[in-house]
This record gives sequence, structure tokens and C-alpha cells, in this order.
Amino acid sequence: MPETTIQTFGVRRLEIIAADGTADEALLPDLSGDQLRRLHYLMLLTRTFDRRALALQREGRIGTYPSVLGQEAAQVGSAFALQPSDWVFPSFREMGAHLTLGYPVHQLFQYWGGDERGLRTPDGMNLFPICVSVGTHIPHAAGAALAARARGDRSAVAAYFGDGATSKGDFHEGFNLAGALKLPVVFICQNNQWAISVPLAAQTAAPTLAQKALAYGFEGIQVDGNDVLAVFRATGEALVRARDGGGPTFIECLTYRMADHTTADDASRYRPPADVEAWRDRDPLLRFERFLAKRGLWNGDYGAEVQAKAEGEIDEAVRRYESVPPPEPGEMFAFTCAELSPRQRRQQENIR
Amino acid sequence: MPQLNMVQAINLALREEMARDNRLVVLGEDVGRDGGVFRVTEGLFEQFGGDRVMDTPLSESAIAGAAIGMAVCGMRPVAEIQFMGFIYAAFDQLVAHAARIRTRSRGRFTCPLVIRTPYGGGIKAPELHEESTEALFCHVPGLKVVVPSGPYSAKGLLLAAIRDPDPVLFLEPTRLYRLVKEEVPEGDYTLPLGTARIVRQGGAVTVVAWGSMLQRTIQAVEGYDAEVIDPMTLAPFDGETLLASVRKTGRLVIVHEAPLTCGLGAEIAATVAEEAILHLRGPVVRVAAPDVPVPLARLMDRYLPSVERIQAAVKEVLTY
Repeated sequence: MPETTIQTFGVRRLEIIAADGTADEALLPDLSGDQLRRLHYLMLLTRTFDRRALALQREGRIGTYPSVLGQEAAQVGSAFALQPSDWVFPSFREMGAHLTLGYPVHQLFQYWGGDERGLRTPDGMNLFPICVSVGTHIPHAAGAALAARARGDRSAVAAYFGDGATSKGDFHEGFNLAGALKLPVVFICQNNQWAISVPLAAQTAAPTLAQKALAYGFEGIQVDGNDVLAVFRATGEALVRARDGGGPTFIECLTYRMADHTTADDASRYRPPADVEAWRDRDPLLRFERFLAKRGLWNGDYGAEVQAKAEGEIDEAVRRYESVPPPEPGEMFAFTCAELSPRQRRQQENIR
Repeated sequence: MPQLNMVQAINLALREEMARDNRLVVLGEDVGRDGGVFRVTEGLFEQFGGDRVMDTPLSESAIAGAAIGMAVCGMRPVAEIQFMGFIYAAFDQLVAHAARIRTRSRGRFTCPLVIRTPYGGGIKAPELHEESTEALFCHVPGLKVVVPSGPYSAKGLLLAAIRDPDPVLFLEPTRLYRLVKEEVPEGDYTLPLGTARIVRQGGAVTVVAWGSMLQRTIQAVEGYDAEVIDPMTLAPFDGETLLASVRKTGRLVIVHEAPLTCGLGAEIAATVAEEAILHLRGPVVRVAAPDVPVPLARLMDRYLPSVERIQAAVKEVLTY
């Protein structure tokens, strides 16, 4: 018998805005001028937050911090597509998603400043605490999607992670479960191409990460992660599919980590500076400003105005963060479990 | 009142609680149509359907992780890990997530899940099917570890575990699954977590044992003035009941089938050393498995503490 091909696969790639700001009009999502300006402001706010966080770290006013520089479009574009009823499971480098979802800015500083109280998500906001353990929250998203199905509502679930997470067992177990049970979940990978010092080529032999979804029976799509509208569109479509019972989608946002892994890292030890320069031309914020300018929604004056607004918002958040009194030692025990054991109670009393 | 074995008692607890609380879902490998490899979930699939009794892929970390996601989103998952030796693949989920979600979210999210798993030796099964590594989990703040030692306590403890607002690891002594029958009432009753049970009153020596070791201990102390304590919850451990007994008897023997080193017996002995040493008449004696991987069936009788070894330990402390 002759050998035959029984399956062939393809991976779609989506890009809407070119580097010069021109756009493929046929692919443009249906967003008003105000919404486009909001997307811009959220990216600008993210960058302003990030710059301030790095400065605060250098001044010893917060602890180790992972910069999001260069990844603003991937985070803001995807989070902007979510509904308030959707559940979100972030990794540790999604400050842009947090800001887009309306997470209190001062609490982000508070968390990175070493105060766990910063992780208390406001009531009614379906955003899970930051997951530092790489990729292990992916099965949680599958479980949350099972819960959404059990409730019978139309909420979907989004999980954020990086390229390094795609090597982890929980990535594969979570993807397999979500695919097998056809769960309403959207997996959003920010492929920033570095897991600390390990480049993508050493992370996987696969030419795209998106193709990994195919093995689990659902679609993977690669989008230009520095194109906020492409990310928004792909996420929106995936969410609709999830809500309509079409199962999960994996979105690989191809982007680049422009900064060190964290403030405790020195990327110059392992990364060619020319790579960073090449990606500077693809800056997500500048690209979107060029796009907006062509539509009369951005000019220098407007840029200065919203920059000042973002600075003011961050100033206020820093003031608020630094005015919060430090936690009492006994607070370590406060949420260990619903009811402390007698031994924990004694330890709590003695720790003061 | 019906006489049930432990499998039937756990099945009854699940069945009644699923009928009472529609948030409760059972998930795991083979728990659905097959009714579980030990038949613990038999009939639940037929009664409650595949949305509430879910067969999952062979995927321990995903089972634990998805149960966590469900629990924080308002459901009450009872996940089965088919054998305790397979729970290591889910260890990260239990330690890094289930145990920490309440703390990490400052109480915004909680993780009311139960992980059930058969545990312990003496069933002539392959490697990794007879593990007793409860101490690994007792060391983790935020996790409760429960071990029933009979059908009656299995039902009452499981209902308490399901209703507990925090994650509970529920270890079912495989050797006892069908070994003994007890009267197990239908309907609601719970045994509080964190509270030990004095199985047998005595004045000369306190013997602490759980799981399948409790049966052997009761046989071993026949004819001795021994007080036998079944902790039922290993974490948090009921120190009050233990210390009160040791202050009365002045002697302590701890029996567990887990390896000696860093087993829970070490913690119990240290607690007595810190808080009741002046009441002791002699050294604390631990009867435990040796510090070796669990052997296969041919050596199991030499590995697990036997009635004779437990009795010898009791005799020894009584010489002081």
C-alpha cells in the first residue's frame, strides 16, 4: 500500500497595521475614534507605569520588577477585547492587561513593593492574582471555563503566559484538557522570545508556537504582537468562538522583550544589541500613533496632553501606594485558611 | 442501620452530598462510566451525568489545576488521583496554588476543593501504588490532610472535607477499603476536621496510629492498659487530645506506615518533647517503615509495621 498523507495543517498569521501606520482597511476592527484613542491611552499608561516602576526600583522604593516595555500592544489589545464577566488568569508580566481591566494602579505598585495586599482584586473584578510559577495557571483557566459552562453563562476565560511556559507540562496538560472538553478559553501567549536568557530557538524546535494548539485539536493563530488592532481582533474572534461553544483558541502574540527579564537581570550578557535596535522600529506605541495620526486622531499636542494625563495618574498611584502603612506581622496568618489552627493562633500571638 | 465497607461509605457520602449541593462535581481518571478503579464512584455517573461526574484525560496536574479553577469560580470539585504515588505530578498545583490562593488573593478567592486518593500499602499492587507520603503535604501551610480509618469516619470526614472552605487532601487507606464493615448511617453527619478521636481508653501508654495502622494497633494493644488515638486529621494535628493523653499516661508510641525520617511521627514526638516532656516516664518510640522506597508485595510484610513490632514497642515503653 502506498504511503498517504492523512492530515495537513496551516497556521494563520494576522497583522493589520504596518510599521508606517498604514492599515489593511478590510481587517480593521469596528472601533470608534474614542475607542481607538482609549487603546492608545492604555498603551501609553502602561509604558508610563513601566518607566516609573523601573525608576522606583532603582531608588529602592519597590522590589524586583519585570518590565513590560515593548509588549504593550499584546497586553492592552487582548485585554481590551474582554468583557467584565470574563475570567482572566494573568502571569507576572501583564501590567498592561491589569491597567486595561481597571485594576487599581496603586495596588500594582503595592504588590511589586512587597506587600501582598496589592493582590487583592476588587470585588466583582474577575481577575486572578498574579501567577509567578510559570505556566501553572493554565489548567486553572480550564477549570474556570468548566465552571462557566456549569453556570450556563456566556463568560469566557483568558490565560496569559509567555513563550517559556510553552515548555512546561501544565501548558500541555491544560491545552489537552481544554481541547478534549472543548472549553470556552482563550490562551494568550506573549512570545517575547526570551525566557530570561534562553532564546526561542533554544526553547522549542517548532517554527511557531501557534502550531502547538493543532496537536490538541484547536486553532492556533500567530498575530503581530506589536500591532494592537491585530491582537484585539484575534482575541475578539476567539472570545466569540469560545462563547458560542466553539472551544478554545491559542493566540501567539509575536513580540519582543525590549528590557531585561527583570530588574535583577542584565540582558547584555546574552542578547545582541542589534536585535533590540531592529525591534525598536516596530515599537507598538509609535506604530499606533502613526496609524492614529493618519486618521486625524493623534498629533503632537494631543500626544503631550495624554502623556501629562498618564503621568498624573501614575503620580497619584505612587502617592497612594507610599501612603499605605506597612502590614503588621500578624497579617501573614490572616488568610492562610478560613480558620486558623490552635498552633497557628499561638504563633500569630507570639509573632508581634 | 446499614453495614457498609469504606468504599460504600465514601460512595454514599458523595451520592448524598451531590444530591444536596449541585455545585459538587467529581472528576478524575476513570471516575465516570467505569465508576473508579476501586468502584468508589460507582453509579454516580448514571445518577448525575457526565457534567458532574467527569472522566478527564490521564493528566494529574490538569485534574488538580482544573479543580482549583473550578473551586475558585464557585464550584465544589472532588478530584480523584487514582493512587497517591501519582499525586507527585500534581504536587506543584497543590503546594504552589491550592494552598496559597486564599493568602495570595488576601481572601478574595478561596479554594474549597477535595483531592481524594487511595493510599498506603498491603494490596499487592505495582510500584507507586502503595505510597504513604502524607508528611509531604502536612508540611504545607494551607493544606489540610485527612485520613479515615474506617467506614463510619470515612463518611463523616469526607462530608466535612467537602464542606470545608479550604483545600483538603483526603487519603483513603486502600487496604481498608473492603476489609471491615461498620454501621454507617444514611443522611447527614460530619466529623469535625482537626479533632482526634480516642478509640480506646487507657492509663499506661498512649499509642497514636492512623489509616490501616490503626487496625493493627488495636490488635497489638489487646490486654494492655493502652489509650489509642486516631488523629483522623493529620494537618492540622489535634495537639490538645494528644498532650492530654500523654500527660495522663506518661508514655507514647507513634505508629505510621510511612518511612521513619521526617515522617509525621517526628512532628508528634517533637510536640510532646516541647510541651509535655516532664510528664514522660520513658522515651517516645516510633514504629515506622524503614527509609526505603515502598517494596513490592514479597517484602511488604517486612516493610509495614506489624502487630508484633507495635506490640514490642508498647512492651518496651512500659518497662520505664
